[in-house]
Parts: sequence; structure tokens; C-alpha cells
Amino acid sequence: MVEDIFAAMKQSIVDGEREEAVALARKAVTAGIDPLAAINQGFVLGLDEVGAQYGCGELFLPDLVLAAEAMKGAVAVLEPELARRGAVRQVLGRVVIGTVAGDIHDIGKTLVATMLSANGFEVHDLGVDVPIAAFAQKAREVEADIVGVSALLTTTMVKQRDVVEALDDLGLRPRVKVMVGGAPVTAAWVKEIGADAFSEDAIGAVAVARRLVAAKEA
Amino acid sequence: MAGKIKTVTDPRLRLEILSDDQVQRLHEATLDVIERTGVRFPSERALEIWHAHGATVDGDRQIVRAPASLIEQALAQAPASYTLAARNREQDLPLDGNHVFLGTDGCGVQVLDLYSGERRRSRLQDVAEIARVADYVPEIGFHWVPVSAQDKPAETRGLHELLAVWQNSTKHVQTESVYAEAEARVAVEMAAAIAGGREALRARPPLSIMQCTAPPLGQDGGSLDAALVAAGAGVPVGFMTMTACGTTAPITLAGNLVVGNAEVISALALIQLAHPGAPVFYAAAQTSMDLHSGGYTGGGPEDFLFGAAGNRLADFYDIPLSMGSFATGAKKPDWQAGIDNSLSTFMATVAMSDMLLGAGLLHGSRIWSYAQMLMDCEIFDLVQHMMRGIVVDEETLALDVIDAVGPAGNYLAQKHTRRHMRRRWNPRYMDRRPYNVWEAEGDGAVEWATEEARRILESHEPEPLPPGLAAELARMIPDAVPG
Repeated sequence: MVEDIFAAMKQSIVDGEREEAVALARKAVTAGIDPLAAINQGFVLGLDEVGAQYGCGELFLPDLVLAAEAMKGAVAVLEPELARRGAVRQVLGRVVIGTVAGDIHDIGKTLVATMLSANGFEVHDLGVDVPIAAFAQKAREVEADIVGVSALLTTTMVKQRDVVEALDDLGLRPRVKVMVGGAPVTAAWVKEIGADAFSEDAIGAVAVARRLVAAKEA
Repeated sequence: MAGKIKTVTDPRLRLEILSDDQVQRLHEATLDVIERTGVRFPSERALEIWHAHGATVDGDRQIVRAPASLIEQALAQAPASYTLAARNREQDLPLDGNHVFLGTDGCGVQVLDLYSGERRRSRLQDVAEIARVADYVPEIGFHWVPVSAQDKPAETRGLHELLAVWQNSTKHVQTESVYAEAEARVAVEMAAAIAGGREALRARPPLSIMQCTAPPLGQDGGSLDAALVAAGAGVPVGFMTMTACGTTAPITLAGNLVVGNAEVISALALIQLAHPGAPVFYAAAQTSMDLHSGGYTGGGPEDFLFGAAGNRLADFYDIPLSMGSFATGAKKPDWQAGIDNSLSTFMATVAMSDMLLGAGLLHGSRIWSYAQMLMDCEIFDLVQHMMRGIVVDEETLALDVIDAVGPAGNYLAQKHTRRHMRRRWNPRYMDRRPYNVWEAEGDGAVEWATEEARRILESHEPEPLPPGLAAELARMIPDAVPG
């Protein structure tokens, strides 16, 4: 019986059906199913399945995003129940992310945030046109492991350096890692501004973030 | 001194990409989106203009909803044709629906160094040197700022870039990298100084300005303010949409066209409301996302279809079009670059887009390659030849020559052959040598184009700005532009 629900949870993620995932999460709460089990033995398996099929080219980015949105919906229902039981879902790391001041480009940054969130990171998305100081303040406030800074323009890309320096000024470096993104960003730029990593797309960003937190723990 | 500009004119090929009914339907769908969903205009000045003309303005969300009649009446004020002026009058570009002109692409962030081949960050000197080569090449009709002058301060970078191009070329300059009001004011002053005053600027603008929309269904505030300043001075302005199926637009082609069209015509309508009759142009470089990464592709069948569809829409509104062609997603000049740039250019040209953007950039408009630029010019030249079509008349049917040669002869020694042979296409970079020569030399298009670019850069001396003008323009560029 519980196995049937877990299987349905997995399928709701594979299908990218947010409403279905949310309904199953509510059902689990009502039935008294351990929310951690619902996540780890149900929903997460769906995410793994989607990831595997994406990896071999069977599924595409929209499948991944729909799965991630369904996952977020289910987790949002289960989180209050987790808190009530005094349980904590293990997070891979805390990430503060945003697009730098003067730049309104949203999509790439939001996609990275969605992917990180679906893959077990706690994500604080500051939005677009974010002042330099806000990145550093938020990183200190939430004890971030990673700060992600997006910029699409060459004129705003230079502010990625300012974010690295602002974190430095608050004494958060090198404990807080910095990953940067955006069309003009290159490996040489990452090195020049003293950041830690970059990715050219959102899927790569998840792998990069995993590597950064793993390196911290090592 | 650089000579006459190569253009496509009196086309003999036609393509019906969209029927009249389909265009009408796209237009009505677009008006419906602008009226029902609205478009974001994050500029106080823009919102005031919309409000003053009776549009519904949601001040908090900066979203404008405008009735169909307002948009249609505003667009009707836009001139159907005008001329982009060059410092050299012979290089003026009539945007009259019967010409296709090629520009350099922009705005890259890296350059494949012409001598070392190394990939490095772009700087002001690159802007100047690329402009100098483009000044020489007859296929290039006008300049975009090809790469970003990243060694200049962000606030005045666009002005340094403009000056660098003007100092190295007599051809028209269309900048895509001035998108702040303060910078636009200086750019207009610089253009007026070149034209010979404000009235001359209106009559023969040596500068035009291209702004990007912020899809889906949005505009950039700085771009709007800069465009309003330029349009007020009679400098032609255009808005380019780059909506991508699946990310910034519906996954369907028609849906993408509607979203992109809503962005462009709402911006152009705003310009007409503020400055009725100001010269404007439609600009588009629509695409479909890469299904795997969501990233920009730089080519594909969707892009090629959009390349022709854009002109049907611009024609419907009776305004000139600047179409994104070339700009391959390939990392180097290769098979992919050849496919992307040939098909995109053919489709945009057969539809008679007034301006094509642009030659020279790789990796989705990020990396400048001189070799790619010259090979792109060869693609444009090839397409230009195709557009002449097939002439059928007494002279071309050549019946007397056929009879004279008879069966089993050849046509090499015929005066008819010599008379017409220069109308046959002769490539510069395609390899038609015998196999053994190719094997022995081991070179090809990229090497030849690189060598030619070096020769041009080292030998071409562009016509300088009149004495004192360069210094005057340089003085106009402030150390720091406020805001």
C-alpha cells in the first residue's frame, strides 16, 4: 500500500505533474506517512529517473524543469510536517543566487536556482538587479556555502568581481564559494576575479555546486 | 579609399513563407497580446507617454496594455523608407525595400587574434581594426560594434566604440551597444558633429541605434530612454527581439512570432507616439532554444524560417527590417558555420530584409574571427548571385552560339563565353584546385581568409575624419557619464 503511494510519487515527478505530486504529498501527510520517507523513497526517485533519462538524451530540459517544479510543490507540502515532527531534510548546501546590479536578465539565473533547489540545495534567490552588498549580507545571514552571481552583459559582468570582494570584506572568503554565470563568462574570467567556478548551463551548474560543497567538506 | 557597397537589388527569386491570411492572423494575435496581457515598459518616461495617449498603465508592475487602434495608428506614422547615411555619400544605404545590406555582427566579447590565433578578451583596438577591415570589404554595407571595448569604462564604452569605428571607416555605423540615456545623448551629439549639425543629422544620419527587447513581453528601461533620445534627434532606431522557442517564447513557431512581434511593434509604437514620423526599423533574430541545455543555438531550421518570416511582418507594417542572419553557433569556422550562415542568409535575403546582421562572429555572437568575417562575405556574395535568378532572352538563350559550336564541340573559344563569363560566380575561398595541389599545399579557406584580412589591415588606409573632428569627438566623451 505504502509502496503504491511511493511508486505514484515517483511517477508524478517523472511525468512532471505538479498537481499530482502535491496531492500525493497531502495524502501522505493525512495517512501519517513519514515525510522524509515520502521524499527519499518516493519523489526523489522520480527526480533520479528523470536525470538519468535526460543524461542519455531521452528527455529534454523542459522535462527536467517540470519535474523540478513538481518536486518543489511536493516538498513545500511536506516541509511543515517535517518541522512538526522535528525532522530536518538534509540539504546539500545553502546557495544565495542573483543577477548583479544593472542587469535584468532573469532566465538563466532562475533556471540554475530551480535545478539546485530540486537537487537538494537550499536556494535563496535574490532576483535581478541585486546590489553588490545584498549578496554578501544574505550570504552571512543564511550562512551560505555558495554565492551564485549571474550577468549577461560585459558591462555588468565586471560586478561579479565586486561581489567576490564584498564577500572578502565581510571575512566570508574563502569559506563561501563563488560561482559565476552568463554568456560572456569564461574560465579565464573566473580566475581573474578570484571566483571559484562557472558553468555554461544550468545542468552543469548543479555538478559544479556539488563539487564545491564536496571540496569544502573534504 | 573604400569603394562601392555590394547589395542585393531587383531580386528574381521569391518565397512565400506566410500567406496574407497568416500574416493578418499573426498581427491580430499580437494586438490581442498587447491589449490583454500587456508589455512591460520599465521607464518612467515611456509609461508617461503611454498614459498620455490613453493606454492602460499598471504603474507598479510597469505593464502597458494598449488598444489595437492606438498601436495601429502609431505604427502608421512610421516612414516606409529612408536612407542610412555614410560619411562617403556613395556608401549611403537606401532602406527602400529593394536593397539588402550586410553589416558586421556584434557584440562579441572575445577575439581570435589575427596573428597569434589565440582567443582573448576584446578591447578597443579590436573595434578599430575590425572597422578598418570592414571599411575595405565591399560586401560590408554598415558597421555594428563588432566586439566590446572591455578596456574602457562601462559607462562610456559605447562612445569609445563609436569613435573607433568612425575613425576607421566612412561607412554607416549602427550601434547596438548604446543603451543608456546619458550615453545616447552624447552619441547623438557626436553623430551631429559628423553630419554637420542637428538639421544635417536629421537629413543624413551617419548613425542609427539598435536596441534589444527584454523577452518575453518586456523592454529594457535604459534602451527605451536611449531610443527616445535618439529618435527625438532623427537618428533611426530599431528594436530587436530574440525570442527563443521554449524559454522566452512559446515552443511553437507562430507563438514565438507573436511574442516577438508584440515586443517590437509596441516599442516602435511608443517611439511614434513620442516622435511621430521618426525613422524606425523592425529587428529580429528569433530562434529556438537548444532542447538539451536551453541555451542559444545560433542556427537551425526554426531560425531560418524566422529569418524570412520577419520580413513579411515588417513589410506588413511597411517599415524597414534588420534581420539576424549569420551568427553561427559553431565554435570555429567549420561545417556547422557554413550551414548556419548560408541558410540563414539565403532565407533572410530571399525575403529582401533591408539589413542583415552580421558577418564575423562565432559561438552565438561571442567570438570574433576575421577569417569567418571574410568567408561570411563570400556567402553573401554567393547569395547575391543567386538572387539575380536566371535571365531568359535572346542573348542568354544563345541559339546562334549553340548552332555554331554544334554537337561535340566546346564553348571555350566563343566570344559569347568571354562576354558573359564574368557574370558567372568566381569564389575567393572555396577550394576548387586539383586534389594533388590541395594535398601538397595543405591550406584552405581559413588560411586564405586570414591572410587576406592581414593584408587589408596592413595596407588599407581609411579616409580619415576631417582635421580636428576626431579630437572634437574625443572631447565629447566624458570621463564618466552620470547615471
